[in-house]
Amino acid sequence: MLDGAARARWQNRLLFALLLAPAVVWLGGLIVLPHVELAILSFRERVGPRHYVPSLAQYATFFTEPLYWHVFVRTAWLSIVATLLTLLVAFPIAWIIAKLLRGRAGTTLFMLCLIPFWVSETVRTLGWMILLRESGVLPALLVRLGITPVPVELLYHDATLLVGLVYTSMLFMLIPLVSSLESLDDSLIEAAYDLGANGVDVLRRIVIPHAAPGITAGCIIVFMLTLGNYLTPTLLGGKNSQWFTEQIYTQFITRFNWEEGAAFGFLLLGLSTAIVLVGLRLTGQSFGAVMRDSR
Amino acid sequence: MIPSLPRPAWLRVSTLIYTIGFLTFLFLPLAIVAVFAFNDAPYPAPPWRGFTLDWFLGNAASGRVGLLQDGELQGSILTSALVACWVAAGSVALGTANAFLIERSRSRAVRALSVLMLAPLVIPGVILGISILAFASRLAELGDDWFGWDLDFLRPGLPLVVLGQLSYVVTIATLTIAARLRRFDRTLEEAALNLGASRAAVLRTVVLPYLKPALLGSAAIAFLMSFEDFNTTLMLVGSDAPLTVMMYGRMREGATPVLNAVSLFLMLASAALALLLIRGQRRKS
Repeated sequence: MLDGAARARWQNRLLFALLLAPAVVWLGGLIVLPHVELAILSFRERVGPRHYVPSLAQYATFFTEPLYWHVFVRTAWLSIVATLLTLLVAFPIAWIIAKLLRGRAGTTLFMLCLIPFWVSETVRTLGWMILLRESGVLPALLVRLGITPVPVELLYHDATLLVGLVYTSMLFMLIPLVSSLESLDDSLIEAAYDLGANGVDVLRRIVIPHAAPGITAGCIIVFMLTLGNYLTPTLLGGKNSQWFTEQIYTQFITRFNWEEGAAFGFLLLGLSTAIVLVGLRLTGQSFGAVMRDSR
Repeated sequence: MIPSLPRPAWLRVSTLIYTIGFLTFLFLPLAIVAVFAFNDAPYPAPPWRGFTLDWFLGNAASGRVGLLQDGELQGSILTSALVACWVAAGSVALGTANAFLIERSRSRAVRALSVLMLAPLVIPGVILGISILAFASRLAELGDDWFGWDLDFLRPGLPLVVLGQLSYVVTIATLTIAARLRRFDRTLEEAALNLGASRAAVLRTVVLPYLKPALLGSAAIAFLMSFEDFNTTLMLVGSDAPLTVMMYGRMREGATPVLNAVSLFLMLASAALALLLIRGQRRKS
């Protein structure tokens, strides 16, 4: 009997080890160790062929070269603007889906909003390019309507870049917003009106506090995706986009300067972590709760 | 603001206008891509010059290489599909093991690990790409220096693309499968064990059939995410370009409407996959 119990325990341990192994190999081999390697690369300097010394030179270059610094701040700033715009555009639609439409109609509208995101970002960006470039659909329409005498180039502006970024992140804002608004009890809103509140009061004191976890989750995901986006800035912003991921690509792939590229990678990672933490602090949320809520 | 409260007419009208405007914003780029796949012009641009199927069927002799004749584009679709199959298989296998681990073990180490599993979702794809590129090349160097091995698969190329995409797709598969496993009634498992079934038999005949919708669903999502991945792939790609990278390269040069044709094909394929998934979920419930 004891022998049987010991065997069962041994079996359990073996099973546990077998289940643990894939997770350890995946997280260790594809996430943790690669980032350790990236850290090592970023903290060294090449002084001769195949000869490296530990140094902070890569980070020093970043802080002393105004271009890198400028692109970094610009990327962060535009990502924040894009995130807030996405929230502003998505919120009314989330409200309509969750509160105004009942049953089937709500579900159908929600499904309709999700459909475009089954198609690759490359295809959606191609659509924007055909719409907006000088020989494209919208400039031709503007000429036809007599608004501009000749076709104007609508690509390669910051506004275009923002439209593309808002478009491509919409899904990730909509899902957490809808799920957090759906759980808001209508009778709370009715009670507020009965007690003499107006629309602004209801929004400010009932709806937004209730939806805060969803809003935070959506903003965090959208911000991180925007910051790390490469396709939309390079294609819609062109040379003017000056997105930080392009700098990483240039250092790593074009110039083969892995040390500098690794430092840039860490700076981007640090920036996204910092802004997310500040966002969580400002709204009084915890990371675990937000991630649970976003599913 | 809600249906049970009276809403003035202007609010109702503006709600309707906003919804229509929003849907137009969402669908306009896709509609434009689809329409210009059929325009009889060398570039995907207005004006409309009549309907043609050249960008699907045309060959080099007509001066317009259509999708069916564009070997390079077809090759990249096959490359993407091959990569996506590996990613789907790998992420379902790893995701299932992870789901059992985080749902069935209460040890503190596993709980810490399950938080770490969320990390790939918050690391930008570009950084996942470069870190894996750097680490793989370090391993290849060490293998060469120490053992004289020629570890070619660790150089930029399709095996690295598969690994790079797996790094974050596994998280999504894990979350999907774990969510279903959490709702599993464990008394069913105990009953089968009491009736004398071995653990392997319980897994095969009770637990896995229950998990099947989540396994199929996460395989489909993994396939789609892999097929559409751009950021991570771009950093790890070798000489065989998957479709997104190939399209990106051509879009920068100013491509012919054959790209619209391939995009339309992608839209239809995604729609078919979505319908299949929705139908599968209907049958389940």
